[in-house]
Amino acid sequence: MTLNTKRSLLTRAGWTVLAAAAVLAGCGKKEETPAPAASAPASAPVAAAAPASAPPLKVAFAYLGPAGDHGWTYAHDEARKAVEKEYGDKIQTSFVENVPESADAERVFRDMATQGNTLIFGTSFGYMEPMLKVAPDFKDAKFEHATGFKQLDNLRSYDSRSYMTAYLVGIIAGKMSKTGVVGVVGSIPVPEVIRNIDAYTLGAQSVNPKIKTKVVWVNSWFDPPKETEAAQSLINGGADVLLQNTDSTAVLQTAEKNKKWAFGWDSDMSKFAPNAHLASAVINWAPYYSKAIKEALDGSWKGNTATWWGIKEGANDVVAISDQVPQDVKDLVAKTKASMADGSFNVFHGPLLDNAGKEILKKDEVADDKLLGGLNFYVKGVDGKVPGGDKK
Amino acid sequence: MDGLELLIAASLNAGTALAIAGIGLLINERAGILNLGAEGMMLVAAIAGFATAVHTGSPWLAFVVGMLAGAALSACFGVLVIWLNTNQVATGLALSIFGGGFSAFVGIPYVQEKLGEQTQFQIPLLADIPFFGPALFRQHPMVYIAIALVAALAWFLYCTRAGLVLRAIGESPESAHALGYPVRRIRLMAVLAGGAMCGLAGAYISVIYTPLWVEGMIAGKGWIALALTTFATWRPARVLLGAYLFGGVTMLQFYLQGRGVHVPSQFLSMLPYLSTVVVLVLISRNAAWIRANMPASLGKSFFPGS
Repeated sequence: MTLNTKRSLLTRAGWTVLAAAAVLAGCGKKEETPAPAASAPASAPVAAAAPASAPPLKVAFAYLGPAGDHGWTYAHDEARKAVEKEYGDKIQTSFVENVPESADAERVFRDMATQGNTLIFGTSFGYMEPMLKVAPDFKDAKFEHATGFKQLDNLRSYDSRSYMTAYLVGIIAGKMSKTGVVGVVGSIPVPEVIRNIDAYTLGAQSVNPKIKTKVVWVNSWFDPPKETEAAQSLINGGADVLLQNTDSTAVLQTAEKNKKWAFGWDSDMSKFAPNAHLASAVINWAPYYSKAIKEALDGSWKGNTATWWGIKEGANDVVAISDQVPQDVKDLVAKTKASMADGSFNVFHGPLLDNAGKEILKKDEVADDKLLGGLNFYVKGVDGKVPGGDKK
Repeated sequence: MDGLELLIAASLNAGTALAIAGIGLLINERAGILNLGAEGMMLVAAIAGFATAVHTGSPWLAFVVGMLAGAALSACFGVLVIWLNTNQVATGLALSIFGGGFSAFVGIPYVQEKLGEQTQFQIPLLADIPFFGPALFRQHPMVYIAIALVAALAWFLYCTRAGLVLRAIGESPESAHALGYPVRRIRLMAVLAGGAMCGLAGAYISVIYTPLWVEGMIAGKGWIALALTTFATWRPARVLLGAYLFGGVTMLQFYLQGRGVHVPSQFLSMLPYLSTVVVLVLISRNAAWIRANMPASLGKSFFPGS
């Protein structure tokens, strides 16, 4: 082939590829937004005239992982589908998955706001700074940030008390563990995860005071190969009941492979490990999302708050408890759950020591939300030190 | 040290996929082709293999399909780079990105799938030897196949005529062309073989190592495999060693964390990559040595007398 024919072949190939790409880009999009011709709430004349048929509230969700992770993001997406069903024509939802916790997130939130979404949910801790940057530029939009701790007039935080269910599955772990060592595959060393490790340990120690906890960090919310390796190393180190704070089913599947036990986290993971699965500590975001949408629709939405719901409000639960768990343990879990719901039992109550022996809570003292929110210590029985030090 | 034999076993397992992918890339680079698309090929093969395993329940069939998928993707790369003489670096990167997006798209319906129970393998008598049994002989057959592949490649490269021709093409395609060897065809075959190996590694990861599918699950192992070939100065045995080193350090950091060693977990997380960089720096100190070992035509396009 001479140089000239090669060049013209390349040019023709190039144009074909460009054309194909343009066609494909027009047809498919990662975001599930309906056809762009749909009503934009910003087109005021129609909205002002007919209150009976107000344009639907556009709600957008930003997910950290894929909606099919069967963990954290799956729980959010199930809640999204639930409110979609509940509110029908009054809302129009869309989502973007795999939004990284970086400057890219800012771009996604800006994009959502400019497309007319007036209620925007950011479902991961790492979206806090991007949302703080974007919210002031879109005063008409309402931003909801999961698991964060900074708010604005049009940005508020929400969270679930997953430490309650961590405690409950800890009870099961304490009863079922044969080696007296339980393990936790930790994601990122933020207070939320440290709380869950501590709660898990406290729950296990409430039925077996000699329980020890080993923790291995994967430094990511979602990394199945690393989660597998971490779970394997915990099992190699003697742990026989595992808890995870990561977002995939890899830990459960590793436990299944090694004939040990583990818990599902954030969503019901029972079908992924028929023998290893003891229970799933799930989060149900639907009650909160329903409340948020109702407030957005009737105008009572107020920013600058932090909502922290738990078992009582239906945000957290332990489901799919396996038949391998003895009935008396199931009853204990149910009893403890009920006392959490009516407020008579607090997971973090005194006397409480950290694993260096320092007293955190005196007898009859109860941890308040402020202490819980910034929790940065391991309780007695957990091996090792909190990564990043114990700076208070 | 308690649990050391389990650490060794885990390291072997962790290093196997890297070793297989590294071998594939080695074949490419020995022929003078720099294929940066390893990550993309591994991802496409991972979803192809996983889908096959879901539908047929046979991991071995999944491996075969994975190899075919890897080879198919690398064939596109090969045609672009060998016949149309596009820039190898750019094309390889494009392949990586394409593979990532394509596998994510095709894999959407498979994210919630799971595979059946895995059989535990062990070699009958050897597995019961006190320390070495659990450490070395209770692995999935692919671990041993990887070692066999490395040996086979070493034999091929250094003891056969075909291997000599391949190496010659990697050093100086012009001379090989002058001698009458079909340089482009041989390079394409090398690219296909390399793609098949990367595909096998990808399928192993999604079917055996972490039996599930999520997008991006290869998590950078393709890039590590690329670094491995340089790290190993293009020798097969060293690729295997480097793969086990990397796998070993990866598992070591979890092992240390589990024993409550007071080093920040973030630092331990960094260790595998840090150790790779350190070895690369040590190797690169002697520039002449690198030049002597690197296939001379690596990354350069070949124009047969135009």
